[in-house]
Amino acid sequence: MSVQRDVMEYDVVIVGGGPAGLSAACRLKQKAAEAGKEIGVCLVEKGSEVGAHILSGAVFETRALDELFPDWKEKGAPLKTPVKRDDVYFFLGEQSAFKMPNLFVPKTMHNEGNYIISLGNLCRWLGTQAETLGVEIYPGFAAQEAIIDEQGVVRGVVIGDMGVDREGKPKDGYTPGMELRAKYTLFAEGCRGHLGKRLIARYKLAEGADPQHYGIGIKEIWRVDPAKHQPGLVVHGAGWPLDNANPGGSFLYHLEDNQVVVGLIVDLSYSNPYLSPFDEFQRFKHHPVVKQYLEGGQRVSYGARAITKGGFNSLPKMVFPGGALIGCDAGTLNFAKIKGSHTAMKSGMLAADAVVEKLFAGAEGGDVLENYPAAFKASWLYDELYRSRNFGAWLHKLGAIVGGAINYIEQNWFKGRAPWTVHDRKPDHLCLKPAAESRSIEYPKPDGKLSFDKLSSVFLSSTNHEEDQPVHLKLADPSVPIGKNLPLYDEPAQRYCPAGVYEVVGEAGARRFQINAQNCVHCKTCDIKDPAQNITWVAPEGGGGPNYANM
Amino acid sequence: MKALVSVKRVVDFNVRIQLKPDGSGVITDGVKHSMNPFDEIAMEEAVRLKEKGKVTEIVAVTIGGAKCEETLRTALAFGADRAIHVKEEGEVQPLTSARVLAALFKKETPGLFLFGKQAIDDDANQTGQMVAALLDLPQATFASKVELDGNKAQVTREIDAGLETLEVDLPAVVTTDLRLNEPRYLKLPDIMKAKKKPVESVTIAQLGVQAAPAIKTVKTSAPPTRSKGVMVKTVDELIAALKQKGLV
Ligand SMILES: Cc1cc2nc3c(=O)[nH]c(=O)nc-3n(C[C@H](O)[C@H](O)[C@H](O)COP(=O)(O)OP(=O)(O)OC[C@H]3O[C@@H](n4cnc5c(N)ncnc54)[C@H](O)[C@@H]3O)c2cc1C
Ligand code: SF4
Repeated sequence: MSVQRDVMEYDVVIVGGGPAGLSAACRLKQKAAEAGKEIGVCLVEKGSEVGAHILSGAVFETRALDELFPDWKEKGAPLKTPVKRDDVYFFLGEQSAFKMPNLFVPKTMHNEGNYIISLGNLCRWLGTQAETLGVEIYPGFAAQEAIIDEQGVVRGVVIGDMGVDREGKPKDGYTPGMELRAKYTLFAEGCRGHLGKRLIARYKLAEGADPQHYGIGIKEIWRVDPAKHQPGLVVHGAGWPLDNANPGGSFLYHLEDNQVVVGLIVDLSYSNPYLSPFDEFQRFKHHPVVKQYLEGGQRVSYGARAITKGGFNSLPKMVFPGGALIGCDAGTLNFAKIKGSHTAMKSGMLAADAVVEKLFAGAEGGDVLENYPAAFKASWLYDELYRSRNFGAWLHKLGAIVGGAINYIEQNWFKGRAPWTVHDRKPDHLCLKPAAESRSIEYPKPDGKLSFDKLSSVFLSSTNHEEDQPVHLKLADPSVPIGKNLPLYDEPAQRYCPAGVYEVVGEAGARRFQINAQNCVHCKTCDIKDPAQNITWVAPEGGGGPNYANM
Repeated sequence: MKALVSVKRVVDFNVRIQLKPDGSGVITDGVKHSMNPFDEIAMEEAVRLKEKGKVTEIVAVTIGGAKCEETLRTALAFGADRAIHVKEEGEVQPLTSARVLAALFKKETPGLFLFGKQAIDDDANQTGQMVAALLDLPQATFASKVELDGNKAQVTREIDAGLETLEVDLPAVVTTDLRLNEPRYLKLPDIMKAKKKPVESVTIAQLGVQAAPAIKTVKTSAPPTRSKGVMVKTVDELIAALKQKGLV
C-alpha cells in the first residue's frame, strides 16, 4: 500500500515528552531566544497528554532543574514536599525487618535537599513551560518509525497511522501518519524506546558496552489516614519478598495531600520463571513496615514501567548521523540512587546545547552531533554515573547485603572513585532458569484491602486503546510461546506482564497464547524479558495506553 | 449561514474520577481534560454541514480559564474557522453560561446554535435549553439527525417511544445526542494549522453579564460501592439466600 503522507519540516524533532525530551525542548528555545534567533522545535508524545504515560517514584534531585529554570519556584513548579527523613530497611521476612542505622546508609541513598514529587505533574509543568517558549507539542501522536535516507542519515520520524483495523486495513476516517522531518532528531522515549532499540541495533551503538539491564517498577498511589501521614518521609527497602537470585528493592514515599506512593522494583535479571512481580508487590504491602501506613487507606491509582538501570557500563554511543538518544532511551539513570529524572533532564539539555551550537554555526543537519558526547564527558552527569558504575553489578553478583556493603565502602570511602570496575555481562532475558529446575510459587490471595488482583489494578491505570486496531505486541514467531516458552519456562509472560496482557488459555493439548493488547500499560517488560526475544512492542495508535494522573 | 458551537473542557471520560478528601468537589488538578464528548459531536455536525455547503462559517466558543484555550484549539482542528474564549477562572454555573452564550448569540447572529446535550462533568443538561429560553428561540434537543433546508431545520430526536422529527425555524438551538454522528480523528496537519487560527478573548463582564451563582454545592460523595454478589446453583438456594437477606 503506498500512501501519501503530509510532511512538515522543523529544525529539531523530539520523540517523547518525558523529562529528557521536554528539557531538551525548553533548552533549545531558551538558547534561541537568548541569541535572538529562530529554532523550530516539534515534540510528539504518544500519551493522550503530556504526563499521561509518565510513571516514576519519585524522589527528585533538583540539580538539572536549577540549571534549566533557576526560577522554578516562582514559576510554580510542582515540587511541594521536601524530603524530611530517610528510612532504609532490610526486610528479613514476612514479618521482620532490620532498620539500617543512619550511619551505614550509603551516601547515594541520602535525600536531604531533594523533593518527593509526581514526575508526571513535573512533566505537565515542563510541557507548559515549553509551549510558552514556543515549542510545538503534539500529544496523542506516536512516532512509529525513524526516517532513514539512503546515506543512512536519520531525517525525522513517521507518525503512526490512525484508523487502521485489526487486520491492518484502513477503516472509516483512516488517516496516514505524517512525516516530521528535521535537521536533528532527538529520541527521548524513555526506557526501552522502540525506535531507540532499533537505532541502537542499526548503528551498532551498544558495541563495546555491557548489555543493558532493566527492572520493572510497579507502583500504587494511596490516600492514607491523615493520622498516619508523614509528609516528607522516604522509606527504601531491600530483601523480602525478593532474594539474591531474584533481586530488587522497594520504595514508599509520603507526598502532600495525604498521598503515599508505594512500589516495588524487581530486577529483570530474576531467574525464577514462576516469579510474578505483580504478586510480589501485592504481598509486600502486607509487611508491617508498609502496612502501618496503608491500613485504612484507599488505593487510588496503579501502574508499571520498566527502568533502564545498567548505568555507566551499559551506556551505548549516544549519537548517529542526524540524531541522538537522550535520557533513559540511552540509559542515563543512576541506579545507586534509583534516580533517572535529573540525569535524563541533564542529558537532554546537553544534547540541546550541542544542536544549538551546530545550528548557529550554520549546519544543514544530518551530521553526527559529536559535540554532545564530548559535553557529556565534561559534565557532572558523567561524573555522577561513573561513580555509581559498580552498584548494579555488585548487587547482581553478591546480593543486597554483601553487594550493598561493598557499595557502602565505594560510595562513602572512595566517593565512587574506587580503582576497579565490575561488569555484569549477562543480558536479563538469558537469566531465567528452566521451570523444571525452579520452585513454583504459591501467592497469597489478595485481601481486597491491601492487596488486589491484576484486573482491578489495571482498571485504576485508566488504560484505554481503540479496540479495532492491529495488535501492537508483535510476535516474530507466533509458535514460540506455546511451542518453546511454555514447556521450558511455563511461559513467564503470564506473570511478568503487570497488566495481564498475556494469557495461556485452553485445555492441555489445545493451548493458545492470547494477547489482550488493550490492557497494555506500555511498561515494555515483555520486550525486555521474553527469553526468546520474540516479542516486540511497537507504538499503538496515538493517545492509547494508560492515563496516569499524579504518577 | 453561520453556525455557533459551544464547547466545554471537562475531565476526560477515561479518567477515573476522584473526590477531594474534604468532599468539596472532584480532583481536577493533574488529570487529563478534553472536549466534552457531546460537544465533539456538535462540532462534527457543524463541520459536516459546512462540507455539505449548508453552513459557511463555524465559530466555536467556550467559557473558562486559560487552559480552555486547548479545547478551542481542538475545535479549530475539527474545522472551526475562528474561536471565542470567554475568560473566567472561577466556577461558571449553567445559568451564567447561558447568559454569556445568549450575549454572544446577539453579537454573532448565527443561523444555528449547536450544543452538546450535556457536559459529562456536571450532567446539568440545561445550558442549550436556557439559551433558547433567554433568546426566545426555537429549540430541538437530543438530536440524532439534523437537516437544514433554507430557513428551517428538521431535527430527529430519539425519545422513549421511538423517533420524533421536529421542524424548527432558524435561527434555532440544537443540542446533540450520542448517535448523531461519530466524530472524526483529528489529523496532525489540522492540529498544526489550528495553532495558527485566531482566538478572540473576552471577559464575562465585557459581554455585560454578571456571574451570579445560583446553586451552592453542599456535598460531593462517591456512589455507594456495590457489595459482592453471590453465586447460587439452584432456585432453592436463591430463595434461601433472598429469605436470609429478608428480601422475600
Ligand atoms: C517505579 C519507578 C520509580 C522511579 N523512581 C525514581 C525516583 O525516585 N527518582 C528519579 O529521579 N527517577 C526515578 N525513576 C526513573 C525516572 O522515572 C526515569 O529515569 C525518567 O522518567 C526518564 O526520563 P525520560 O525522559 O528519559 O523517559 P520517560 O520519563 O520514560 O519519558 C518518555 C516519554 O516518551 C514517550 N514516548 C515513548 N515512545 C514514544 C514514541 N515512539 N512516540 C511518542 N512518544 C513516545 C512516553 O510516552 C513518555 O511520555 C523511577 C522509575 C520508575 C519506573
Ligand atoms: S504487554 Fe508488555 S508492555 Fe504491555 S503491559 Fe504487558 S509487559 Fe508491559
